[in-house]
Amino acid sequence: QPSVDFFTHEVMIHPVTNRPADKRSFIPSLIEKEKVSKLVHAIKMGWIKPRKPKDDTPTYYDLWAHEEPGSILGRHKMHVPAPKMKLPGHEESYNPPPEYLLSEEEKLAWEQQEPAERRLNFVPRQYRCLRAVPAYSRFIHERFERCLDLYLCPRQRKMRVNVDPEDLIPKLPKPQDLQPFPTVQALVYRGHSSLVRCLGISPSGQWLVSGSDDGTLRFWEVSTARCMRTLPVGGVVKSVAWNPNPTVCLVAVAVEQSVLLVNPCLGDKLLYGATDQLLESYVAPEEERVQPVRWDTATPEEHAKGIRLIIRHSKAVKQVTWHGKGDYFASVVSDNGNMQVLIHQASKRWSQNPFRRSKGLVQCVLFHPLRPYFFVATQRYVRVYNLLKQELTKKLMANCKWVSSMAIHPGGDNVICGSYDSKLAWFDLDLSTRPYQMLRHHKKALRSVAFHRHYPLFASGSDDGTVIVCHGMVYNDLLQNPLLVPVKVLKGHALTLDLGVLDVIFHPTQPWVFSSGADGTIRLYT
Amino acid sequence: SRRLCILKGIYPHEPKHKKKVNKGSTAPRTFYLLKDIKFLLHEPIVNKFREYKVFVRKLRKAYGKGEWSTVDRLKDNKPSYKLDHIVKERYPTFIDALRDLDDALSMCFLFSTFPRSGKCHVQTIQLCRRLAVEFLNYVIASRSLRKVFLSIKGIYYQAEVLGQPVTWITPYAFAHDHPTDVDYRVMATFTEFYTTLLGFVNFRLYQSLNLLYPPKIDGQADIELKPVEGQEYAMDSESYLEKLSALSASLARAVAPAHEEEAELDEFPVEGETAEQMDAKKKEQEALEKHKKLFEGLRFFLNREVPREPLAFIIRCFGGQVSWDKSLCIGATYDVNDPSITHQIVDRPRVEQQVVGRYYLQPQWVFDSVNAKLCLPVADYFPGVLLPPHLSPFVTEQEGDYIPPEKLKLLAMQRGENPDEESEEEEDEEDDNDKEEEEEEDESEKEEEMKLKKMEEQKTQSNKMLPVKVTAGKLRLEDKQRLEQEQQSEEKRLAIMMMKKREKYLYKKIMFGKKRKVREANKLAAKRKAHDTAVKEEKKKSKKARRA
Repeated sequence: QPSVDFFTHEVMIHPVTNRPADKRSFIPSLIEKEKVSKLVHAIKMGWIKPRKPKDDTPTYYDLWAHEEPGSILGRHKMHVPAPKMKLPGHEESYNPPPEYLLSEEEKLAWEQQEPAERRLNFVPRQYRCLRAVPAYSRFIHERFERCLDLYLCPRQRKMRVNVDPEDLIPKLPKPQDLQPFPTVQALVYRGHSSLVRCLGISPSGQWLVSGSDDGTLRFWEVSTARCMRTLPVGGVVKSVAWNPNPTVCLVAVAVEQSVLLVNPCLGDKLLYGATDQLLESYVAPEEERVQPVRWDTATPEEHAKGIRLIIRHSKAVKQVTWHGKGDYFASVVSDNGNMQVLIHQASKRWSQNPFRRSKGLVQCVLFHPLRPYFFVATQRYVRVYNLLKQELTKKLMANCKWVSSMAIHPGGDNVICGSYDSKLAWFDLDLSTRPYQMLRHHKKALRSVAFHRHYPLFASGSDDGTVIVCHGMVYNDLLQNPLLVPVKVLKGHALTLDLGVLDVIFHPTQPWVFSSGADGTIRLYT
Repeated sequence: SRRLCILKGIYPHEPKHKKKVNKGSTAPRTFYLLKDIKFLLHEPIVNKFREYKVFVRKLRKAYGKGEWSTVDRLKDNKPSYKLDHIVKERYPTFIDALRDLDDALSMCFLFSTFPRSGKCHVQTIQLCRRLAVEFLNYVIASRSLRKVFLSIKGIYYQAEVLGQPVTWITPYAFAHDHPTDVDYRVMATFTEFYTTLLGFVNFRLYQSLNLLYPPKIDGQADIELKPVEGQEYAMDSESYLEKLSALSASLARAVAPAHEEEAELDEFPVEGETAEQMDAKKKEQEALEKHKKLFEGLRFFLNREVPREPLAFIIRCFGGQVSWDKSLCIGATYDVNDPSITHQIVDRPRVEQQVVGRYYLQPQWVFDSVNAKLCLPVADYFPGVLLPPHLSPFVTEQEGDYIPPEKLKLLAMQRGENPDEESEEEEDEEDDNDKEEEEEEDESEKEEEMKLKKMEEQKTQSNKMLPVKVTAGKLRLEDKQRLEQEQQSEEKRLAIMMMKKREKYLYKKIMFGKKRKVREANKLAAKRKAHDTAVKEEKKKSKKARRA
């Protein structure tokens, strides 16, 4: 069938259809008119806006052509620029030196770590050539995390301490300039079979007394380390104190529930004879007075051993201490009641209970060397009482958990307190009731502290087996604060049962220090 | 909103008293400064965002109703916004912008490698590519590349642009497997800002070198190139970016270059500067000039298995000429058979048909030479040879840090010494020499170890208390120096005891950090030693096997 090409590109002389034109092709369209009028109305009302002219400014131009200084606002000064990303180290190389590759166990440790804790966020790998390097699978992650850091991480200016650690060390006077102080161990006093709890020294410095858990009291000659006498007392010796009065030769010993007054019968015969006479010259008063304790004279066999008087308490005694004059002494009873501290007078065989109420568990007591003050250390506080006025004068806050021991400077204005939480507090009584300085030199609990009678030295013994000797200079000038410098760490005691040094005491005249340890020895450092 | 914060660069702050601000709770919350938020409020772009939101809503409606004329009209009036003023506001000076360029560049380079579908607009990808190529061309023209590093993550580059170090990383040219746990909208917002920033920076940088922007390929080079590509590429404008990205032609300058004038810088003596400092500065300047002309006069040819773009970029940055196979990419200037080629970069185990008169080298040679600032001996980089370790140029070792032996060698070489001339000699001799060398190394290592050990000891001494027991006999044996040292250390220990609590804490922290550093260095040294001995043993064994 031949196709009739109706719509050719050639213009024909006849139209394809002979239909006449519509009427609507002659008259204007109403719909269009309506539309146009709508548009006109919209234009009139401002609903249709003319097309915005395209701005023909180039996309990029010299933005910083006019850098006026005014454009740097306060914001920019406060702005914390984001830290740049860390630059890669050798371990990130595709061919790192072999030491930077992780070994098997390091790799395992790396895998087990939290992703945030890892020091490297990738495992170093080695490829033999550049062609073998694959794409890094976490690349997009890392960029994304960087983005998050940039807009979500709080920024803060941190002051980096850029100090030389040497500068932090305080400049102290050299220990050599502060001599004399004990430096080396000179003598070891052996003989006790159990821990040596306490030490006492005669005022002349010739004799040393020690009490031990093996139930004996031993008297030593200081210069030769010879045991002069052994006195079995039948119980753990908790505390000994040698009478500080040089004309009296008497030792107070705390054994279980009693305090023994022992005449060691050492040294000058005249002296200890006089002491015996002094004790025997006691005349009982006419009327019996009610006393908190019982005073017994020793039986003949006890007398032969040297025991002169026995003061029987109702509870175990844990400390005795003499007054400087050598007549009064105080004992501490481990008890919760009001009978914890008792003050005794040896010449009159008379005891009294100074406190009506207990203010906590008393750890130790001390007489002021010059004034009629009495120091009572409870677990956290040290109370200072005036014995004449019978009132509380001061309450020192020790800033520690549990006071173990206490010592007073011979000048009487400074007190040190050792505590079981390995701190030593130095109080200046004139300054404040809080410690002037806390020294944390020991690693373990402090057991005892001591002042030297003449030299500006104090020592502390601790459970870590060391004795630390410090220079503690107190100036007469009230404006100048005491100077505390540790000068020597003395070691020697072996740790037994987790206990090291139990007691320290200074020689009354020489710069020597004695320490008694849990290993059953007493050591002298000179 | 998030977008506004990103664009304006608003970040949270860490309050001074966290508990006070957080109403007593210590739960982690982010805090913005009230001032910052107020600052965001009167930003004109907020209105633009609103307009855009309205536009999108209208468009969706028109689509839904099928009103195509309305769609066209709306599309014609699409609201657009510009970030120019934000760039200017965030970076009031050009130097500020340069300082923050690292992230912008890395992001642009990443986006320019994205495929043309899916994750973001094609226009963004093209724009990123364009800006990245422009920046690369600037770096070539100004010869400001300083360091390059092939890491397992990608390739790091560091350029010094107007005195500011600018570091960026490009991924290796592979297809990305797009992670699903990444919010691309955040990245796109960042990129939006970064492209604006980078565009303005590029403009300014081109201006500073008197180059035309947008960049034009230098006329002469263009003519040279034309006959080659005339047949393959129908439209000039299409191939324009590709030609540019070939990085093989220099750019047109607005003003005729005046190299000779620039070369001689006037010297202005600065007051308060000693002659030594001046000398040092001068020397540094000379070294820099030398570094810039590292590959001057060398002609490279890149084999097709070698990543073309980074290598071409690096070589051109240091004045070398570079070409590649014509079928690989446009812009090749000479052929493989060109006799004037001095170095051919190859990354396959062996090369058939070696042409005499050129070195066949692995690509690491280029990178290592750039970092070493000198052309390294080529022997270690022949095809198929076990490559020496590639070290990071970004590490500057401080006193007490571990320095790998390769770095020590390199430093010696830079100083002008040539300690391993022997290693280039024949194989037979090499073994003995190697041993010597290793022994030397061992010695030096030992010395180092001794030093480290001593340091360790001193530190442990300071912690341990010395025994007090010093008998007279021992005293005589010990020399005075030791005694004095002991005394000093004891003094130090005593002084440390007297430190205040806070200072002691700080001191201990510092000392702990130092000790850890020493420990790490020791560990690395020990590992290296073990590795070296293992390698040695293996060598011996193989030698024996060969003899047997």
